[in-house]
Amino acid sequence: MIFQPAIIALLLASVVTATVAVVASGFGVQVLRHWDITSGSERQLALERLTYLISTLLGLAFAVALGSLLLFVLNADRMASQFVGAMCAVGTLNANAWGFPTLVLKIVNFFLAGTWLILNEVDTRGWDYPLIRAKYRYLLVITPFLIAEAVVQAVYFLGLEADVITSCCGSLFSTDAATVAAEMSALPLVPSIIGFYTVLSATVVAGLVFIRWRRGGWVFAGLCALAFVVSIAAMISFISIYIYEHPHHHCPFCVIQGEHGYIGYALYLPLFAATVFGLGLFAMLPFKQIPSLRAVIPALAGRHATLSVALFAVFVAVATWSVATSNLVMRN
Amino acid sequence: MTDWVEKQRNILDFTLSSLRRRKGRHLGMLAVYAAIVFLLASVMLFSHAIKREAAIVLADAPEIVVQRMVAGRHDLIPGAYADRLTGIRGVAAVTPRLWGYYYDAALAANYTILVPTDQAVPAGSVVIGGGVARARGAGVGDTLSFRGYGGEQFFFTVAEVLPHASELVAADLFLIAETEYRAMLGIDDGAYTDIAVSVRNPREVVTVANKIIAALPDTRVILREEILRTYDALFDWREGLMLVLLTGAVLAFAIFAGDKASGLSAEERREIGLLKAVGWETTDVIAMKVWEGAAVSLAAFLAGYLLAYLHVFHFSGALFEPVLKGWAVLYPEFRPAAFVDVFQVLTLFFFTVFPYTVATIVPIWRAAIIDPDAIMRS
Repeated sequence: MIFQPAIIALLLASVVTATVAVVASGFGVQVLRHWDITSGSERQLALERLTYLISTLLGLAFAVALGSLLLFVLNADRMASQFVGAMCAVGTLNANAWGFPTLVLKIVNFFLAGTWLILNEVDTRGWDYPLIRAKYRYLLVITPFLIAEAVVQAVYFLGLEADVITSCCGSLFSTDAATVAAEMSALPLVPSIIGFYTVLSATVVAGLVFIRWRRGGWVFAGLCALAFVVSIAAMISFISIYIYEHPHHHCPFCVIQGEHGYIGYALYLPLFAATVFGLGLFAMLPFKQIPSLRAVIPALAGRHATLSVALFAVFVAVATWSVATSNLVMRN
Repeated sequence: MTDWVEKQRNILDFTLSSLRRRKGRHLGMLAVYAAIVFLLASVMLFSHAIKREAAIVLADAPEIVVQRMVAGRHDLIPGAYADRLTGIRGVAAVTPRLWGYYYDAALAANYTILVPTDQAVPAGSVVIGGGVARARGAGVGDTLSFRGYGGEQFFFTVAEVLPHASELVAADLFLIAETEYRAMLGIDDGAYTDIAVSVRNPREVVTVANKIIAALPDTRVILREEILRTYDALFDWREGLMLVLLTGAVLAFAIFAGDKASGLSAEERREIGLLKAVGWETTDVIAMKVWEGAAVSLAAFLAGYLLAYLHVFHFSGALFEPVLKGWAVLYPEFRPAAFVDVFQVLTLFFFTVFPYTVATIVPIWRAAIIDPDAIMRS
């Protein structure tokens, strides 16, 4: 293992997050079995009191989980100097078989934790704990993923050896390798540009429709998920090459480096935030008929949709700007 | 959105005024908190600064150094090898170098003795680094005497003391002319310490290195990238070690913070009871306490980080120098270039604010669930 402050921090964070989630899940099972808002029993009172502690703890743990994705990627980027053959985060993540699984789990948990926080936010707005069962049931789904992340990340970091020769992004994101990344890199240029703008404009339009008329919320939330996938594919297939001004450099990680003006942050932060706010609708729309939430959900959903649309617009604007101001000209 | 912001603003407002009312109680906490941040931040800033210095120094180093090995030990390399290196395609320049160490019994210190390749030192003169000048009390024009390998005395007049800016690499330097180097250390003509090879295209460095090993099997090839990697790993390791040692302190601090937060005064309990009686919800009280924690954390973090910055960049990290830098008699005095890194601040934030927050959550919750009825009756 490489002994490094950020690694220690990440390991601690994942252990704390997973532990909190396990403890909270235990409490969640109690809630699912015994919660009865109409009862005045001692157990119900204790549950009501404890739920404040548990949601605060989970709020903290999930906030840390969100931050740890950023720290993980930053750390991977910084550690590239310590591996032979690595030039950016890809090399560090490729240093053993567990790097990319960790990243994928972290991204999945980012969205799970984000939507849980939104669900929790909605729940605290209602006076009668309207979503308490839903949120603990959802927590029971999330906890295994958090445990998996903690384990996979520990295996990854403990197995890191500085003298391993790893591969740089040039070999992973080259168009003729047989990987998913390579498939994305090899997407034809013009269709992928058209696809990207079509999906993203559809998402923004659906969002505006929802904000104005409170209709088509499900469509908008579904489009947000699709827009995230398409955006990542677009980053790899064409946005990257315009940023690097190099027709064969498709790496989605080098963009966060200083030599490209840290433009990756201006792209990824809005994209991830927009997606999580959009996906949050999935956590709200099913409950809009609950009496104590009838006034809360439309207002909150509208606010989140506005944020989501605005952030998607920022992402598209930054991506378009970096393509438009690039010195690279592609002709085919 | 605006009403949410407005609500939080009001709660924050209230929190700050209540903090102001109980200054004394929070000042002690703040001092300990800031001290913890200061300790950890100093370690991190210092080791990052050293890593950067190493990278800056090595940026000018040759891409490849070729050393001859005899029985697994570094040995002198014949000058003829240099000609064979020049023939390798991709090599831009080949420079045979003469350097070594000289043990000065009077000071019990080692000098790095070197024949400069970019400037000629006249025979009988010496250019010395700041560390040597301090240790020997020598200035320009003074004469220093040294014993050669055969026992005879050599006299040098100090022609120049190297500037302070290059102290990190030059503190123990001792630059003399080639003829005197050979005479004083007993090294034959045509033998060199090692050979520096510079390569025009950085992507070809590994290929060139492989060709050198094939052409000169009795040599060892050291790449600049490899040295950098080793330095990075080494200083990261030292930094991590210091942080783990400081974990005890962080833990003690977390316990202290938790303890402090759970000991609510009767007045505070009454305040919370009243707030709840006038309509504050449990979540509002939690929000208030979280804001209180955030205010304390932010203040302590800023103060601690600022102090650490001054400590490292203006007082050369006096507290940790020996551990993080390593140790030598002629150690350079240097002031690292000031440098703050977002990644580092994030990591530090995690190491300090996170334990504090975790430690205070349960006490916060205990305070927030206080029953107004029970308080006002007592």
